Amino acid sequence: MKREKPKLVSEDGVRHDGRRLDELRPVKMEVGVLSNASGSAYVEFGKTRVIAAVYGPREPPQRYMVLPHRAVLRCRYHMAPFSTDERKNPAPSRREIEISKVIREALEPVVMSEAFPRTSIDVFIEVISADGGTRTAALNAASLALADAGVPMRDLVAAVAVGKVDGYLVLDIDQVEDNYGEADMPVAMAPSLNMVTLLQLNGVLSPQEFSQALNLALKGVNEVYKLQKETLRNKYLVRVE
Amino acid sequence: MSVTPTSPDSIIPRLKAETLSSLTKKGVRADGRGLEDFREVKIITNYLPKADGSALVKLGDTQVLVGVKIELGSPYPDTPEEGVLVVSAEFVPTASPAFEPGPPDENAIELARVIDRVLREYGVIDTSKLAIIPGRKAWVVWIDIYVLDHGGNLIDASAIATLAALLTTRIPKYTVSENELIQVDKSSFSGPLPVVRKAVTVTIGKLGDSLIVDPTIEEEKVVSSKLIVGVGEDGSIAGLQKSGDGYLTLQEVEKAIQLALKKGGELLAKIAESVKSPEATSAGSAGTPSVEGEKPPESNA
Repeated sequence: MKREKPKLVSEDGVRHDGRRLDELRPVKMEVGVLSNASGSAYVEFGKTRVIAAVYGPREPPQRYMVLPHRAVLRCRYHMAPFSTDERKNPAPSRREIEISKVIREALEPVVMSEAFPRTSIDVFIEVISADGGTRTAALNAASLALADAGVPMRDLVAAVAVGKVDGYLVLDIDQVEDNYGEADMPVAMAPSLNMVTLLQLNGVLSPQEFSQALNLALKGVNEVYKLQKETLRNKYLVRVE
Repeated sequence: MSVTPTSPDSIIPRLKAETLSSLTKKGVRADGRGLEDFREVKIITNYLPKADGSALVKLGDTQVLVGVKIELGSPYPDTPEEGVLVVSAEFVPTASPAFEPGPPDENAIELARVIDRVLREYGVIDTSKLAIIPGRKAWVVWIDIYVLDHGGNLIDASAIATLAALLTTRIPKYTVSENELIQVDKSSFSGPLPVVRKAVTVTIGKLGDSLIVDPTIEEEKVVSSKLIVGVGEDGSIAGLQKSGDGYLTLQEVEKAIQLALKKGGELLAKIAESVKSPEATSAGSAGTPSVEGEKPPESNA
């Protein structure tokens, strides 16, 4: 059935779930949630929930899949069959293949792969509940899991999506806002190094709107970055009396 | 699963890499272009006799063939009054020693999905004109991108070829009988495909600290990352994709987009010139290839 577009942002700038335009959903982060993985993380943005595990650096299953001067990064973004409204076929979709690629490419600039020649560093991300912004949540979890695994990194990668909904630019769009909105722009950065490591735009923006959207994303990225560092500090900070 | 490329085809001798980046610093490129120049673009429309729309595009050494087929199908349940758009890309093994036969890899999937997003989000095709019996029958526009020769910047070549092919696509004649049976007559046409807005992509490569337009295959091996920018005819940004293992700074992103918008406008003007009037190009072309002095490349395509 053809669905009518609901009103998602009120005149006084309040969103359908009560958030302000520049407000993140309630965020939860935890590291070290799995026992077998070298590092792991759980990340929640509202009803979006993901788990990431890092294995390695290790010898890859196929020995030819190595490089003499650095580690290879292997990355899989995968959605659980029960993560969506309608059951998702567990076979990797074209969307998941593309997202695995952009997530790997977003991590490549920060992972110090040159320290581990002839090995692979594997990042596995499972989306267990999808309510919009899964690739950015996945990247946040992957970055935390790499840190938890003790893989040397130049910086953490923090990610958030900005959307255009009812003509307003909004931070951290959820599923409904994505479905009915005009644009969805996921951004990932290594904030301390001024590196944009992931940038996608699904939708149309004027150059002025884009600049505003990028600024809003930067604000969100810095908030997420702070939460990531707090999460790692809570786990690993040792106070000496 | 996505893996850091390990194929020897992705490796370039250091000497060559250094030459390319030192040239770029001086503002020139190995093939004599300036940093902001596209290679020569050649567009041949109505290249294929059996497709409902087609174009062969040559962008330097890169050759991309796009065939559009219009077929009867069912609309999506959430858009019952609209036609359907499907974009696929094949990197056939004729195109490069790095391409293996088999299902599309992540690069082919990324290319098809980026072009799909630009077409869909910018509203290039007015899909509301493609419903036949609302909720039951609609036209499906199959866009198949065939990369024939890989000389770098496949995505912009594909976007140009896709737009040129769509501009020359015509909808077959059809009749709906009283009991809603649809008869399609592919020997004649009911009209052009409703292409209502035009958009292309412009790929900006980051080579050292410089930004270059339309990288060749050799430059792509040295480029640390690329920003693919969808450019609409009204100067809006119709999609973005950062691709490659590197990064861009915030300032580079803004600069790349400004550059892409400027180059995109030029590219759209060039396409408009090559594809002047779809009606005049080949009346009743089904079965009569209207190839002008061009032989198909030697492939099994």
